[in-house]
Amino acid sequence: MNTNSSQSTRPAGAGSRDCGDRRRFLNWLSLALGGFASTLLGVPIVGFLIAPLFRQPPRLWRQVGAVEDFKVNEITEVSFDDTSALPWAGLSGKTAAWLYRQGPQDFVAYSANCSHLGCPVRWEAQARLFMCPCHGGVYYQNGSVAAGPPPRGLTRYPVRTQNGQVEILTSPAPIT
Amino acid sequence: MLKQIWLWFDDRTGASAVWKATAGHLVPRGTGWWYVFGSATLAAFMVQVLTGIALSTIYVPSTADAYHTLEFISDQAKWGHLLRGLHYFGASAMVLFIGIHVTRTFLMAAYKFPREMNWLSGAALLLFTIGMGFTGQLLRWDQVAVWSVYIAAEQAGRVPFVGKMLAHFILAGNTVGGATLSRFFSFHVFFIPMMIFGFIGVHLYLVLRNGISEPPKVGHPVDPNTYRSEYEDMLKREGHSFWPNAAWRDMVFGVAMIIVLVGLAWFIGAPHLAKPPDPTILNAEPRPDWYLLWYFALLALLPHALENYFIVLGPLAFVAFLLVPPLFFNKGERSPLRRPWAILLVLAIWTTIGTLWVEGEKAPWSPDFSAQPLPVEIVGATQGPIYEGAQLFHAKGCEYCHKIGIYGGQRGPDLTYVADRLSDEQTKIRIVNGGVNMPAFGGIISASDLQNLLAFLDSRSRMKPSKTE
Repeated sequence: MNTNSSQSTRPAGAGSRDCGDRRRFLNWLSLALGGFASTLLGVPIVGFLIAPLFRQPPRLWRQVGAVEDFKVNEITEVSFDDTSALPWAGLSGKTAAWLYRQGPQDFVAYSANCSHLGCPVRWEAQARLFMCPCHGGVYYQNGSVAAGPPPRGLTRYPVRTQNGQVEILTSPAPIT
Repeated sequence: MLKQIWLWFDDRTGASAVWKATAGHLVPRGTGWWYVFGSATLAAFMVQVLTGIALSTIYVPSTADAYHTLEFISDQAKWGHLLRGLHYFGASAMVLFIGIHVTRTFLMAAYKFPREMNWLSGAALLLFTIGMGFTGQLLRWDQVAVWSVYIAAEQAGRVPFVGKMLAHFILAGNTVGGATLSRFFSFHVFFIPMMIFGFIGVHLYLVLRNGISEPPKVGHPVDPNTYRSEYEDMLKREGHSFWPNAAWRDMVFGVAMIIVLVGLAWFIGAPHLAKPPDPTILNAEPRPDWYLLWYFALLALLPHALENYFIVLGPLAFVAFLLVPPLFFNKGERSPLRRPWAILLVLAIWTTIGTLWVEGEKAPWSPDFSAQPLPVEIVGATQGPIYEGAQLFHAKGCEYCHKIGIYGGQRGPDLTYVADRLSDEQTKIRIVNGGVNMPAFGGIISASDLQNLLAFLDSRSRMKPSKTE
C-alpha cells in the first residue's frame, strides 16, 4: 500500500527492503567511524589533560637552613623548592612552611595552608597563634585548631636534621 | 556595477534572506526597556572578546612571567591600562547584565512554553559566565590569584571519593606550579569562550524560532495547546520587525554601556595588582572579585558542620534550581502580579546576595591585622597595669578580633565597655578557656600578663571611673 509513496521518495531502482538494510548499515557505519575517530583523538587529549593526576613527583629532602639558625621555642617561615618544578614555574615553584624548633634537635614543620580553604596562615609571634586572613581560623603553636572554621589542625611536613641542617620532605599541597 | 556585485553576492550567499529572517523577524509590541539586558550581555561579551584578544597579544601565560607582562600592560604598554580596565569592567557588566536578564525573564516567566530551551541554554551561559569570571581573576596571576587557586582546589577537594583528583586537576599537579596558570589560561581563552559562542548561537536561534516573549498580561495564562497559534496571530496582527523597531533600544543601551565602560576604564582603571605570585609571601589577604565576594562571605558565615555538604551540594543545588522553572512550571500565568512567589523568591535571592556582598566587603569574621596599638586617650594611662594591659591587648592579637572604641576587628564581641557586662572573674575565664571562635589563652599567656590584661579590660567601663583618674 505504501509502495507508491515510498518509491517516490527513494532513488529509482532501489528495492525498498535492500535499501532499508543498506541505509541502516551505512548509518551504523558512519556513526561507528565517527565514534572511532573521536576515541582516537579523545584518548590522547584527555590523557594529556589528566596526566598531572597520575604524575607522582619524587619526594626529596630539601635543606631549609642550619639547625643553629633557628631559636628554640620559636617559629620561623622557611621555604623550599618544589621537586621537579617546571622550568617556567618561576616564583610559583616554591613552597613555604612554618618551622617550629621545639627542642635542641626537635623540629616540627607546618604547611602554610589553612586546613579550612587553603589560605596562608601567618604566625603571630607575640600571641603565639597562627591566624588565617580569610575566614578567621586560628591555630595553637602545636598546630591544633584554636578557633574558627578549620576542620582539623595544620598539616605537618616530615622534617629531619642531617649534618647540622634542617631538612623538609617535599609534599603535595594538603587538600582537606 | 556595485549593484551587480551585490546581486551576485546575495544570490550566492542568501545574505538578504538571512537578514530578513533575523533582523526583520516580527516581534511583539511593547517590549520596552526591560528587554535590553540580553543584548547588553552580548555586547559586553563582544567587548570581552575584543579586549581579550588585544590583551593576549602581550600577556604570557607562564607562572614565571605572567605577572611581569601584566605590570607591563598596566604601566608601559600604550593603551594597556585602559584595555585592562575595559576587560575588568566589561566582565563586571557581563555578570551584572546576565544577572538582570535572568531575573527579568524569570519575573516575566519567559521560560514557559515554548521557550523552555531558551531558558536552559541561557542557564548554561550563566554558568559559563561565572566560570569566565573566576578563571579571569586568576589570570591576573598575582598573590591573590595563587591563593585563590588553592581555595578552589580545597573546595573541589571536599567532593567525596574524587575530591583529591579534582583538586589536583585544578592545580595541574600536587602544588601550584608551572602548569597551573596555563591550564586556567586555556580554559579562559579557548574552552569556555568556545562554549559561550556555541550556546549564544543556540540561544539566539531559539529566540528566532520561538519568538521574543510578549510582555505578560494578567489573565492571559500560557496554554501549550493554543499558545503558538495565538502568538502567531498576535504577531500578524500587531507585530513589527525587530530591526529597527525594537533593536534601537538595544543599540542605545549597548552603546551607552560601552561609553560608561570606557569612562570607568579611563577614570578608575583596572584593579591594582597585588603582590607577586610568590607562595612564600604569607602575608596575603585573598579576596575574590566583587562578583564572587558574596560566595566568600557565605563560606565564612555557614555553620561549620554544614560546610562540607554545602561546598559540594550548594553548586549542584544551584544548577538544579536553574532547571526547575522551565521543566516543572511551564504553563499558566506569566504575569508577576499573579505569581507572588516568584517576586518573593527574587527578592529573597537578591536580598541574600546583597547582604552577603556587604558582609563580604566588611569581612568582620577576618582578623583585622592592620589594627594599630590603642592610643593613650583610649587607654587612659601611660604606665601601670592598665597601660601594660593595653599593650598586651594589641600584642597578643586580642585587638585583631575585638573592638575598643573605633579600634580593632569585629570578629569577637566589642570590648569597649566589657567591664559593664562581665566581672573580672568572668573575663578571666573567657580568656583562659576561649570559645568557639576564640583561642584559649590559658597556655600561652603568663600569669602577670593575664593580670595586666584583666586590669586593662576591667577599666573598660562607662560606670566605673578609670582607676588612674
